[in-house]
Amino acid sequence: MSPNDVLITGIGLVSSLGEGIDAHWQKLTADRPQPVTDDARFPPYVVHPLPAIDWGLQIPKRGDQRQMETWQRLGTYAAGLALDDAAIKDETLCATMDMVVAAGGGERDEAVDATILEASTARNDRDVLLNEKLTTDLRPTLFLAQLSNLLAGNISIVHKVTGSSRTFMGEEGAGVAAVETAAARIRSGQSSHMLVGAAFQTEHNDMLLGYELAGYLHRGPWKPVWQRQGSEGGGVVTGSGGAFLVLESREHAQKRGRKAYAQLGPVFSDRVRRRKQDLAAEIATLAAKAGVPGGRPTLAISGVSGAHAATAAEKKAFEAMPDVALRGFSTLVGHLKEAQFPFAVALAALAVANRAAYPAFDAETEKPFSGDTTSVLATTIGYHQFEGMAQVLAAD
Amino acid sequence: MAKFTDHFGRPVVAVTGIGVITSLGVGKQDNWDALTSGRSGIHPITRFPTDHLNTRICGTVDFLESSSRGASPLTYDMAETTAREAIGEAGLSSDDFGGPLFLASPPVELDWADRFNLYAAGKDGPAAARVLEIARGLNSLDVFETAQFGSIADRLADELGTRGLPITLSTACASGATAIQLGVEAIRRGECDRALSIGADGSVTAEALIRFSLLSALSTQNDVPEKASKPFSRDRDGFVIAEGAAALVLESLESALSRGANVLGILRGCGERADDFHRTRSKPDGSPAIAAVRAALSDAGLSEDEISYVNAHGTSTPENDKMEHLSLSTVFGERIRKIPVSSNKSMIGHTLSAAGAVEAAFSLMTMREGVIPPTINYDNPDPAIELDVVPNTKRSADVSTVLSNSFGFGGQNTCLVLAREPV
Repeated sequence: MSPNDVLITGIGLVSSLGEGIDAHWQKLTADRPQPVTDDARFPPYVVHPLPAIDWGLQIPKRGDQRQMETWQRLGTYAAGLALDDAAIKDETLCATMDMVVAAGGGERDEAVDATILEASTARNDRDVLLNEKLTTDLRPTLFLAQLSNLLAGNISIVHKVTGSSRTFMGEEGAGVAAVETAAARIRSGQSSHMLVGAAFQTEHNDMLLGYELAGYLHRGPWKPVWQRQGSEGGGVVTGSGGAFLVLESREHAQKRGRKAYAQLGPVFSDRVRRRKQDLAAEIATLAAKAGVPGGRPTLAISGVSGAHAATAAEKKAFEAMPDVALRGFSTLVGHLKEAQFPFAVALAALAVANRAAYPAFDAETEKPFSGDTTSVLATTIGYHQFEGMAQVLAAD
Repeated sequence: MAKFTDHFGRPVVAVTGIGVITSLGVGKQDNWDALTSGRSGIHPITRFPTDHLNTRICGTVDFLESSSRGASPLTYDMAETTAREAIGEAGLSSDDFGGPLFLASPPVELDWADRFNLYAAGKDGPAAARVLEIARGLNSLDVFETAQFGSIADRLADELGTRGLPITLSTACASGATAIQLGVEAIRRGECDRALSIGADGSVTAEALIRFSLLSALSTQNDVPEKASKPFSRDRDGFVIAEGAAALVLESLESALSRGANVLGILRGCGERADDFHRTRSKPDGSPAIAAVRAALSDAGLSEDEISYVNAHGTSTPENDKMEHLSLSTVFGERIRKIPVSSNKSMIGHTLSAAGAVEAAFSLMTMREGVIPPTINYDNPDPAIELDVVPNTKRSADVSTVLSNSFGFGGQNTCLVLAREPV
C-alpha cells in the first residue's frame, strides 16, 4: 500500500439501462440482463438510446443547458453523478481537482446540413452555396456545443472543477489514455484527486457516419456483441451513454474519510499495428502485462466493440485463457466510443466493491464465473485502433 | 556541471529539436528571418470563395501540396514535416523516435467536399440516410481516416516510430502548450527519456471561419490584410485565423547531454488553471489566467523578477489583450512596464491548436538568437494597455527566460516558462 495508490471513489454512469450505479448494478446482475434498443429511428441500424434524463438535476441553470447539445449535457450530467457519488462537490476540492476528458465532437445541425446538400444538386458553385447557407443558418453558439474541449469547459462551468482541464481525442484510445494519464498523475504525486471520463451520444446521423465511413456498423436485428460475425454490416451497435470516475490518492481519500470502490492498477495501453501484427497475440501480450491469466479465475469486463476483426481477435486471445470469463457490456449498452474504457473500469470497480460478479451478458458465448472478484480486468480493444487494459483491485 | 534534477527533484527537461511551419514559410530559418524583419504572413483568402463572408483574410499555409486537400491531410502534412525537422535537428532516428507522441490538433470533421460527393452518389431519400448508405459502401479508408480523431497521430506514430499509444489532445487555443506540458510531465514522471510534442492546425475552411465569425472573434479589417492583426492596439477588432505547426523534441537533460545532443533550451515550468466563468469569456478579474501564470512560475522555481520576456497570447481581440494585460500586470506589478511583451500573432495570425507550440518554438529561438520579434501594426496603442510590446521592429536583448501564454475557449489557460540554459 502506498499513499499514492489510485483509488476509485466516485462513479457516474448513464446508459440505455438508466443512470447511476445502483440502476446499472441491478440491471446488469439480473438473472437474464436485457438490452434496451431502438430500431425505428435510424434504420437499418439499431441503437441503445438514452434513458429519460432530468438534466436539471445536474445542470440546474437553464441557460447552461441551452448552451449545450445532448452530448455535452450527457457528459456534464455523468460527471456530476460521479462528483456527487464521491461527495466531492465542494468549492475547495473542485477548485484543486484536475480533469481529463476523452471526447469526440459535438452534434452538427442536421437540418442545416440537409438543406445545403439538397440545394447542392442544382448548383455548380457548392463553395459559394456553403458560405451563403452557413452564414445565415448556423446558430452562433452551436460551434461551442461542437467543440471537443467544451465538454470539459462545461464541467468547469457547471461543477466548478478548475484545477486543470485537458481533453484527449481519438475514439476508444482517448478514453484509455485519459484514465492512464489521470492515474499516472496521482501515482506520481502530481494530482491528489482527478475527474476522468467521457460521454457519447449516438442518436445523431453524423455520429453513426463516423463509423459507417468504414462500414463498421451492424445492420438489421440486434444480436449480442460476440454473435455478429456473418451478419450484415460491420458488427458495431452503438449506444448513448457516459462514464466518469473520481480517482483519488489513497492519502487524499483517507484524509477526507472516503471509502473507495476499488483500486486502479497500472493501465497498459498500446497501438498495435494491426495490418502488420497479429492482434490476438498482441492482446494476449497486453493481458500478460496486466497480470492475466494469473493462475486463478478472473472476471474480465470487456469493452469489445463488435467490429468483426477486432472482436474475433479478442475472442481468440481470451479463449486461450480458460480461467478468464469475459463480460462484453456492449451487448447491453452498445458501443460508447470514447467512454468505452472508463465504462469498463467503472463496471469492474462495482464488481470489486460488491464482491460479486456479473452473470453472462450473452449466455451462449460467455462462460459462467464463480471465482472471486478481488481483482477484475477491464479491457478495451478499439474497433479500428488502439488498445488498453487495467486491473481493478480491492482497495484494501 | 548542469544539474539533472530541478528544485522539486524531477528530471530537468531540455529541448533538443525544433520544427516550424507558418504562413511565413517552412522551417525555422525562413520563419525566423521573416519574423525578425517584421513581415506579415496574413493575406487574402484564396482557398475558398469569400462571397457573403465578413472576413476575407487569413494566415493559411497555402504553399504545400496538401494545402488544398482538406483539414486532415494538411494538418498531418505539417505535423510530419515539423516533426522531421525537429527530430533531424535533435540527431535522432526519423523512423524510430523511441518516445511517446503528444499531438495537439483540431477536432476533425468530415470535409464538405466529401459530404457533397457522398450525397451526390446517392439516389434518393433524406440527406443523412443517403450519405450513410453511400458511406458504408466505400471501399477505402481514406475518407474514414479524415474523420477519425485518432488517425493523424496513429499515422505519425507509424511513420516516426514513436512509442506506445499516441495522445491527441485539444484544449482549444491552448492545445499546443498542453502538448508540450504533457511531454514535460511524462519525462518528469520518469516514463520516458524523450517525448515528441507537436501542435498542428490546418483547419481553415469556410465553415471554420464562419463559426468564429458568428462569435465575433475575427478581424474584419480586410482592406490591408497584413495590417489586420494588431495586438494591444486601440483599433484591434479580432484575431486573424491562421494555420501552422511546430514540433519540439523534449528530452531529459541527462539523456540529452549523455548522447552529446545540442541543448536548445530548457522547459522550466508549466502551469494551468481552468476558468469556470463562461464558455468564451474570461472571469472579469482575470484570476484563472493569473493563477496559471503563477503556477507556471512556481513550477519553474522562478520568481516574477526572473522573467526576461513574455511571449504573449496576444490574439488582437479586444477581450483577450485586455485580460492578458490585466493578468500580467497583476502578477508582475509595476515591473511589467519594463518587461518586453510581444505577440507573434501580429505577423502569423492565430494558429489555433498549433499556437502554443509555434510560440514556444519562437520563444526558444528568441533566447538563442538574443533577438525579440516585434509586435507589428502597433501604430495606435491602446492607452489602457501600458506594455512594452516591442513595437514594429525587432530588438536585440539578452533573454534568458520567457513566459509563453496560451488561453482558449472553454476556460483553458496554460502557461509555459522556458529558459535558455539549465541552472
